[in-house]
Amino acid sequence: MNSDPQARGSRLAARGFVPELLRLIAERAARLAPRAVRFMEVCGTHTMAMFRSGIRAMLPPNVRLLSGPGCPVCVTPMGMVDAAIEIARRPGVCLATFGDMVRVPGSRTSLERAKAEGADVQMVYSPLDALKLAEAEPGRTVVFFAIGFETTTPAVAATVAYARDRGLRNMLFLAANKVIPPAMEAILAGGEVKLDGFLCPGHVSVITGSAIYEPLAAKYHAPCVVTGFEAEDILEGIAMLLLQVVEAAPKVEIQYKRWVHREGNAKARERVAEVFRPCDAAWRGLGTIPMSGLELRPELRGHDALQVLGIQVPPELENPGCSCGEVLRGLIEPPECSLFASRCTPATPVGPCMVSTEGSCAAYYKYGER
Amino acid sequence: MDRVLLAHGGGGSLTKQLIRGMVVSRFGNPALAPLSDSALLELPPGKTAFTTDSYVVKPLRFRGGDIGRLAVSGTVNDLAMAGAKPLYISLALILEEGLPLDDLAAILDSAKATAGEAGVTVVCGDTKAVERGAADGLFINTSGIGVIPEGVSVAMERAAPGDAVLINGPIGDHGVAILSAREGLSVAMERAAPGDAVLINGPIGDHGVAILSAREGLSFETPVSSDVAPLNGLVVAILAAGGEAIHALRDPTRGGLGMVACEVAEACCHDIELDEAEIPVRPEVRGACDLLGLDPLYVANEGKLVVVCAEGVASAVLTAMRAHPLGRSAAPIGRVLEGAKGRVTLRTAIGGRRVVDPPYGEQLPRIC
Repeated sequence: MNSDPQARGSRLAARGFVPELLRLIAERAARLAPRAVRFMEVCGTHTMAMFRSGIRAMLPPNVRLLSGPGCPVCVTPMGMVDAAIEIARRPGVCLATFGDMVRVPGSRTSLERAKAEGADVQMVYSPLDALKLAEAEPGRTVVFFAIGFETTTPAVAATVAYARDRGLRNMLFLAANKVIPPAMEAILAGGEVKLDGFLCPGHVSVITGSAIYEPLAAKYHAPCVVTGFEAEDILEGIAMLLLQVVEAAPKVEIQYKRWVHREGNAKARERVAEVFRPCDAAWRGLGTIPMSGLELRPELRGHDALQVLGIQVPPELENPGCSCGEVLRGLIEPPECSLFASRCTPATPVGPCMVSTEGSCAAYYKYGER
Repeated sequence: MDRVLLAHGGGGSLTKQLIRGMVVSRFGNPALAPLSDSALLELPPGKTAFTTDSYVVKPLRFRGGDIGRLAVSGTVNDLAMAGAKPLYISLALILEEGLPLDDLAAILDSAKATAGEAGVTVVCGDTKAVERGAADGLFINTSGIGVIPEGVSVAMERAAPGDAVLINGPIGDHGVAILSAREGLSVAMERAAPGDAVLINGPIGDHGVAILSAREGLSFETPVSSDVAPLNGLVVAILAAGGEAIHALRDPTRGGLGMVACEVAEACCHDIELDEAEIPVRPEVRGACDLLGLDPLYVANEGKLVVVCAEGVASAVLTAMRAHPLGRSAAPIGRVLEGAKGRVTLRTAIGGRRVVDPPYGEQLPRIC
């Protein structure tokens, strides 16, 4: 095993393009100078990938990247966390969710702490793991706290459909799933931050298709490039955005062609539509955005944890001093928050952006110079 | 099928039967045979190294190893990283009521084989049984004693500017093997009905990945085996090649290579630069990490070691490592720099730089 020749420097084969991409970026940025351009990477995976490969520091000074609202943990409103905690404390009820969600502070405590106090909280890697729990113990109510965007939602939808088809009445869902394009539009329409384009999320777009961004490009003249997650992908995506700005020709382009096409995955979207319908949804930091969330269809109310257990989602609050909202809207960078790296660290997070592995604050803390 | 009963830990005849039938029959040796309260040992001259570790890995058996091999290797490796020759270990078992005795036998066979491989003798032990639910199948504690030969002095504080940093092979195998053995990884694949057009694989978390089109029948079965192995033989080869110029040895277990690099930098008060392009990572480990949002730098290893040595002996040490079965793809991965901050940086594969921080928690639960 240890002699595997492929293991060593396995990614170097593709690295040949990096100098050329950096040259293109430098040349296009120079044509725009002294104008500074600001692009938003919508997706948390992009944020993390850029820090991991050190891309931010390699860009020309007049090209800035802002992190967007594409971390599902970060945008989940605190009220939903509080509701999840209330559910987990109900006798005979098990709350299952993804690892990062367990550490997010609610208004008083977190699922992690509630668990230590005796609440039944299970960390799972997949909604199907929650389903296994429900199947194994028909007498125990299992609630899957679902978060995520277009990428994750089909898996949740498949799980809901399975629970429905098998008549698993003890399998419930606390659905906080969201869709990305309305949040992108809200940021443009809000006008608080001037953006010169979006690095659009690669994995989300596998499902949605790139056509979903066309109204943004048309209405707000925002360049959009659907981009993959390797360092070369991101550099190429930035080079493509710069060219659109240089040529003043905003449009939707796909850099991540090996997975994304204009139409996306219709089958996955059908699966989602079968069990979910769009609804207005609260986003942490962005407020309520029309038709940006997903709720279970009325005929599935028997699997809706809020309805079955009679739980009210408390109104939105923020932890005092926490600037996750401004970070998520691209208004400030994490080190500008007064709590950053002092009261708020990954070990003692105040806001969700410091908890999630894809949160901007966690990325700045982990990889940035402090 | 015979299973562990509470009475197996009760100290009566059933306990005796279990110890004689399953433990002494495998590990029997003059020190263990009397089954008295303490083992009596003769130690050769030199400084004594003593260590202990508990093993709670889930699942008990995984591709490439099991808790028995892990419990012996882990303690042997802790001794070896101090430059000691491991000699004796203890083996304490906490059994959950209901554990199949056949599983216990297989794990003890594996522990015995690993002890033989490492050349250590099991000289004492303990067996307890707890009621169902109070443990997870089997927990093992091992302690170990070794002796540090004359002339060997390895300590993190000895790492000095200009030193080379070497590793004996690809990182992250253990963590990924454990993760793929745990429930999340291929569950959705099993659930998919024939003819489904959309497959969604299990492990998504919030990492926003992993919707794969089934058109080409993509699946996510990681063929990665844990690297768990006793490293004392490799350490002997390294010390023979580098002598006193071997400054520090560490095994990057929980917390991975990133954690160990930070600990060495902090202890020696110099900076360390790692070179991402030189750090061996299997493509399948890289792929699994990409999919799960993990950083291979922080994924666990159980058969890897990091050597910090004077630049002058680095090439001889590398040659010696590569001549050993557990060091075939050994590589130089960085160096110690002047600088008093005790900080670790990574030169990224595309030529960028970033800080490597200690991880603030485990990426995965119960991996060792």
